[in-house]
Amino acid sequence: MSEMDGMEEIIGEFLVEANEELDQFDRDLVDLEKDPVNATLLARIFRAIHTIKGSGGTLGFEKLASLSHVGENVLSRMRDITLVLNPEITTALLAMTDSLRQMLEQISQTGKEGDDDYTTVTSQLALLLEEASKPESETAAPQVSESVPDPASLLGEILISEGATYPIEVAVALDQQRTGDSRKMGEILVANEAAEATAVLDALRFQSDAHSDISNNTIRVDVGLLDRLMNLVGELVLARNQILQFTSTQSDVVYLGAAQRLNLITTELQEGVMKTRMQPIGTVWNKLPRLVRDLAMNCGKSVQIDMSGAETELDKTIIEAIKSPLTHIIRNAVDHGIENPEIRLAKGKPREGRLSLRAFHEGGQVNIEISDDGAGINTDLVKHKAIAKGTITAEQAARMSEREILGLVFAPGVSTAQEVTSISGRGVGMDVVRTNIEKIGGAIDLQSTAGQGMTIKIKIPLTLAIIPALIVTSGGDRFAIPQVNLVELVRVEGEHSARGIEFIKGTPVYRLRGRLLPIAYLNRELKLGTSEVTTAESINIVVLQAGDREFGLVVDEINDTEEIVVKPLSKQLKSVRCFAGATIMGDGRVALILDVVGLAQLANVLSELNESSIVGDTATKAGAGTAQQSTWLLFKAGESGRMAIPLSLVSRLEEFAADKIERSAGRDVIQYRGQIMPLVNVSDVLGLQTTRKSDPVQVIVYSENGRCVGLVVDEIVDIADQNVEVTREHCPNGILGTAVIQEHVTDLFNIHALLPGATPAVKGVSA
Amino acid sequence: MNSGQQLCTFFVDGLFLGVEVEKVQEVIRYQEMTRVPLAPDIIGGLINLRGQIVTAVDLRKRLDLHERLVGEFPMNVVVRTDDGAMSLLVDDIGDVVEVDAQSFESAPDTLTGVARELIRGVYKLDKQLLLLLDTGEAVRPAAPHAA
Repeated sequence: MSEMDGMEEIIGEFLVEANEELDQFDRDLVDLEKDPVNATLLARIFRAIHTIKGSGGTLGFEKLASLSHVGENVLSRMRDITLVLNPEITTALLAMTDSLRQMLEQISQTGKEGDDDYTTVTSQLALLLEEASKPESETAAPQVSESVPDPASLLGEILISEGATYPIEVAVALDQQRTGDSRKMGEILVANEAAEATAVLDALRFQSDAHSDISNNTIRVDVGLLDRLMNLVGELVLARNQILQFTSTQSDVVYLGAAQRLNLITTELQEGVMKTRMQPIGTVWNKLPRLVRDLAMNCGKSVQIDMSGAETELDKTIIEAIKSPLTHIIRNAVDHGIENPEIRLAKGKPREGRLSLRAFHEGGQVNIEISDDGAGINTDLVKHKAIAKGTITAEQAARMSEREILGLVFAPGVSTAQEVTSISGRGVGMDVVRTNIEKIGGAIDLQSTAGQGMTIKIKIPLTLAIIPALIVTSGGDRFAIPQVNLVELVRVEGEHSARGIEFIKGTPVYRLRGRLLPIAYLNRELKLGTSEVTTAESINIVVLQAGDREFGLVVDEINDTEEIVVKPLSKQLKSVRCFAGATIMGDGRVALILDVVGLAQLANVLSELNESSIVGDTATKAGAGTAQQSTWLLFKAGESGRMAIPLSLVSRLEEFAADKIERSAGRDVIQYRGQIMPLVNVSDVLGLQTTRKSDPVQVIVYSENGRCVGLVVDEIVDIADQNVEVTREHCPNGILGTAVIQEHVTDLFNIHALLPGATPAVKGVSA
Repeated sequence: MNSGQQLCTFFVDGLFLGVEVEKVQEVIRYQEMTRVPLAPDIIGGLINLRGQIVTAVDLRKRLDLHERLVGEFPMNVVVRTDDGAMSLLVDDIGDVVEVDAQSFESAPDTLTGVARELIRGVYKLDKQLLLLLDTGEAVRPAAPHAA
């Protein structure tokens, strides 16, 4: 920075300002399209281009100045209402701003305007100007092209606002100008005795100052500097905390007073520095009206965009990070969300599509909602695409709920567009959007009503640097868990704690309101090597969300929630996937931040979840079970009527297409999760007739030592939570006894007695 | 090795080691460390260096030496590396020693094991040998042979 000479600095400033002016220009122009005679907008647009022309000319960028001059001529005609904005003009003017941007880009890279040819843009504008002049060529045309436009024509507005003249006088003066009076506004007004000469002079001075005043109130600061400042404040906070700890042993009033003041000032300073990094989300949104307009024009649609909550503030790094996902979502919505005008009219919708953006703070996070009133998502289409791409199988698709299918939109390669357009529909998109949102600790959700439109909801943290986290202790160490991953906290106490966590063949699960929640122990996963006292007193379970799945993490102690400053880990520790970073706690010690997804993978709790929740859906109330009570899975096999096995022996319920079943060594087998799983037909085992050949085949998966066996049954009936009284009379092989479950006589299937004999291959494989 | 090279010296399990003084950011006494579960063996933990989190590499482990006794607290030699500041855990700090290239000799071929990769050479001082440590290599996680 220091080597930069004065000229470069001036040019640098010019570039930043000119780019800002152009952004504002685009925005205002799109607004103006809806309200073409809005004088304020016109004035602002005019001023923007005038400033660029002026500064560009001063700095010797002649191409830039001459192009903006042509644009300015067009605008001056519009301001004089001799030319009314139409889509053609808007497009031409937007093309001009694009060219100007291109030049600015060239300047920033090479210091020169470059040799690109902009004559098409120029001649297009000139042509518009000419056309506009034709009807009234006698009067207005020659004069306008000569008149050197200057912002003094806004003088009228200033004078009116200061009460120095009346609107009617300005209108008269404008009329005079239009009909051939070549004098300036101020002169005419004074000549007409409509305003005092001194007032006009004051107004003129005010006008020339106005621009510089605005820039004096703000300064540009390097973000790197703010980052360093933020770090220093973090250190100050730690030092403050240490002093406060020390305070408790002191009684000196002066000292205590000073410590108290230090405390308050530090807190305020911290908030202040945080604020410097905050930007309104409007800085991203501002570009959207132009984008939507261009897209809509491209696809021959008409789309109205409205936005609320543009002032909602976010950390700068997050603003940067959501730019491209947001643009992508908007593109999708305009391109294949909102229908063509004809279709819309045929469906009884207004011709113009609506796209609305809403941003608001909620629970320490920022919510962004993007909704359109377009066609929504065709779930059948998504299903077919997903099957075609191999994302899911047809059987899975048949079982999926509408909501789950919508979730597939986020899977790689699945696009809802029927055809690929230049804008979107290639199927790389929503998965990237989701990845990008999740990268910054956010979440994305989608709701769609076919024919009515859809809404995308994004939740993102306010800032990346400081996040709310739950502090837990395990094995004597503290760990921070990002609040975004946290679902709920469960504490199992007293007599329940002994039975709180159950095991399905060694895999711990917890019954949370009827769902089976896979469990991981933090001290075991991290090999913290503490004496594993499974204290019967109580168990703390932190229910976490990893991707779209939940699992429970058992920790020794749940401490508190805290705002933590996230610091990255060094390269040597990148291989440890279960940590997202580290933070410094109030007492100055370092605590690790858990990466919930990494931890879930480490603990192997991710793959088990989908199926267990299917089991769970029908399960009745859980957790409060007494010692005698147990849960039974009820099914039908052959003519035997109802049969049951303890649910704790079941690892999964599956459906397979009948044609997926293969034969191996004279037995039915199926490829399942990378293994060959033998299938045992319960009817055959019990010597019963199978009443029907069902397709898909219902299978109860039972696993032992990592090997699975599938029990083929005719129908899964229900899950019952009930005390049973077993009668053991004339039990055939494979039946443990008979009981009354849910008021029906039910045979209890003896899985243990059956399997060793029926599946010799299982033991053989698992060598 | 230009003459007039200054080395910051320290001791690790009886070894007298040194690193170029310009690579050393600071030397600090024992800091409370946070262990990193599942991390490579050589990582001693994380320390808070005035608001910056610094990874500490235990040189005893890195050099395959005897483990530090319980109750013995290591000192931190904070060095600048390509990955930013890293701390080397050492037993004790020595003086800053001026060495000249004349006394330098590359490590003898008979030196084997991990030390071979980490020791760039030996300065033959009057009283003892000073081993020049390669800091970049020292903070790199050990090869899998450390079973």
